[in-house]
Amino acid sequence: MSEQTEILGRRVGSELLTWLYRIVLSVVVPVVFFIVMRAGFIWLRRGNANQVLIAAVAILWGIGGFAMLYVIANSIVEQLPDEWKSALLPFVFVGPALAILSWYLVMPVVRSLVNSFQDAAAESFVGLDNYVYAFTERVMLEAFRNNVLWLVLGTSVTVALGLLIAVLADRTVGPFETAVKSLIFLPMAISFIGAGVIWRFMYAFRPAGTAQVGVLNAIRVALGGEPVGWLTIAPTNTLLMIVVLIWMQTGFAMVILSAALKGVPQELLEAGRIDGANEVQIFFRIMIPYIQGSIVTVSTSILLLTLKIFDIVWAMTGGQFSTSVIGTVFWRQMFTFRHNGRASAIAMVLLVLVIPVMWYNLQQLEQEAF
Amino acid sequence: MGSTRRQTLIGNILVYGALIIICIVWSVPTIGTLITSLRPADDAKTTGWWTVVNEPNFTFNAYRQVLAGKETTIVTEEGEEQTVSGQGMTQAFLNSLTVTIPAVAIPLLVAATAAYAFAWMEFPARRMFFVIVIALLVVPLQIALVPIFRDYRALNLNGTWLAIWLAHTGFGLPLSIYLLYNYISTIPRDILESAFIDGASQFTMFTRLILPLSIPALASLTIFQFVWVWNDFLVALTFLGTNEEVAVLTQYLQSLIGERGSDWHLLTAGAFVTMLLPLVVFFSLQRFFVRGMMAGSVKG
Repeated sequence: MSEQTEILGRRVGSELLTWLYRIVLSVVVPVVFFIVMRAGFIWLRRGNANQVLIAAVAILWGIGGFAMLYVIANSIVEQLPDEWKSALLPFVFVGPALAILSWYLVMPVVRSLVNSFQDAAAESFVGLDNYVYAFTERVMLEAFRNNVLWLVLGTSVTVALGLLIAVLADRTVGPFETAVKSLIFLPMAISFIGAGVIWRFMYAFRPAGTAQVGVLNAIRVALGGEPVGWLTIAPTNTLLMIVVLIWMQTGFAMVILSAALKGVPQELLEAGRIDGANEVQIFFRIMIPYIQGSIVTVSTSILLLTLKIFDIVWAMTGGQFSTSVIGTVFWRQMFTFRHNGRASAIAMVLLVLVIPVMWYNLQQLEQEAF
Repeated sequence: MGSTRRQTLIGNILVYGALIIICIVWSVPTIGTLITSLRPADDAKTTGWWTVVNEPNFTFNAYRQVLAGKETTIVTEEGEEQTVSGQGMTQAFLNSLTVTIPAVAIPLLVAATAAYAFAWMEFPARRMFFVIVIALLVVPLQIALVPIFRDYRALNLNGTWLAIWLAHTGFGLPLSIYLLYNYISTIPRDILESAFIDGASQFTMFTRLILPLSIPALASLTIFQFVWVWNDFLVALTFLGTNEEVAVLTQYLQSLIGERGSDWHLLTAGAFVTMLLPLVVFFSLQRFFVRGMMAGSVKG
């Protein structure tokens, strides 16, 4: 009798210990973790320490904190009974992603939609006023016109040039081809702001009679012309900024199209040549139809970029001199005029413009392996 | 026969000639920038960079000035010392690193765990959640700027590192989850099942098996997200504000345009400092770099 009690007691004791352990793990550890992270946050925000030290601590704090979040959540769920565990464990893995996505993307769509019908401070409803603004205000009409320019010229020239370079490079010897492709692709590594500086310098203007430092004006003067303040004359300024986009994105178009071209079967090309087709005919009748899918993918990607263009214009003209685009008007409404309603309405317009292109793009992407 | 050979020869000359011309045109902006950044201030302001062919005259003063802190002493050509106000780009470089490293690591971690769950775990409404994630690819990040900015103001988060990491994580997740899902879901089922029978927990499987197997996909995504975050201007400007203590390189360069718009030696040196890391990555990991940029071509 007493032996049984003792065994029972021991079992209860060990069970109690296990529970105690679990409670400690699932309460104390998260609490300690939270306190440490909070202390780190406050220390980082105060920011009165060596710069390098702050940077290092911030990086560790951020990455370590997130990794620990998973480890702790997982070890808590692992303590639970099996049926609870298998129900909850997937949400340890997918939960953070879903939470962040709903905060940063799902809710903003809803809130921007609501905001777009409200006044500047998002306090009272104003009906369609913001959309009337978005579609009738002079600066918005100018932005739409410029965005169409960006979209049509930026996309078509980039893709055409990319294709041309891909076709030409395909006919050269290996090392030369690699070198050409690297050079053309290199601007992809540069930020739009950096490219803005580089090209502002290309277009730099100094008064007539003094030596020009910008390449474009130097050429113009050498040919006997007067120097021009390129970025102040519309619509030349928008066209010259589109050149920057072309300079940056042609490499991207070239690499994808070049890979596609290498996939065109040699037999097909040979058959065409035997049938007496010349190189131009082979290009337009065989190659182009064969790589159509890739051309569409590249075009839609660049098209999306031109719809949302902001940095290049911001760095080069700030949207002045009739160079506004949807992105810059949005920014001015949001931060210069602090008009939430208008900014949201413009963002919604952007969403509506992007959806069909993106949808189309995704369907193309489905067919391609990563 | 001779005429065909001559035709091929002419064709070759045309092809190589055209490519060489295109390459020269493509490189002129970068080369001009590099040369100007190495010229003395007065030269850069008064003569074209192409004149260095006749009178080469180089100095690192511009780099010294943009990188140094508040005040810096430079030696002019005449040999006299001159104190100029520095531009403190070192701080901006550190800030860019502080923003970029976690803003690459966190979204990849969050996306990889989510992609694993979507591919290999059972939970209610899994398909619906996945479709929503994919649908979010269409949302341009401008949509989120106003609401998130207001949330951050309420939470007093604007201008903190956490704010911008989370923002980049949110905006980068749909694409990362989508691409990693495509990759992780193709891992053969046998590998996972045998590990599971050996008693491995889901967490162990993820860290010991899935992550190592996904390295090619993770590498491409890392490079894409790195270039994206490093070169980002809009998100940083919105959530970090204009406070110099946290400003990243792109913001710094933009403010340099405003303040020193005609000091070409400083602007070009500044542009080169911002390009430094992406260029190193580009030249050392070119194959992965290209693949990464391809992978990210549909970023919303």
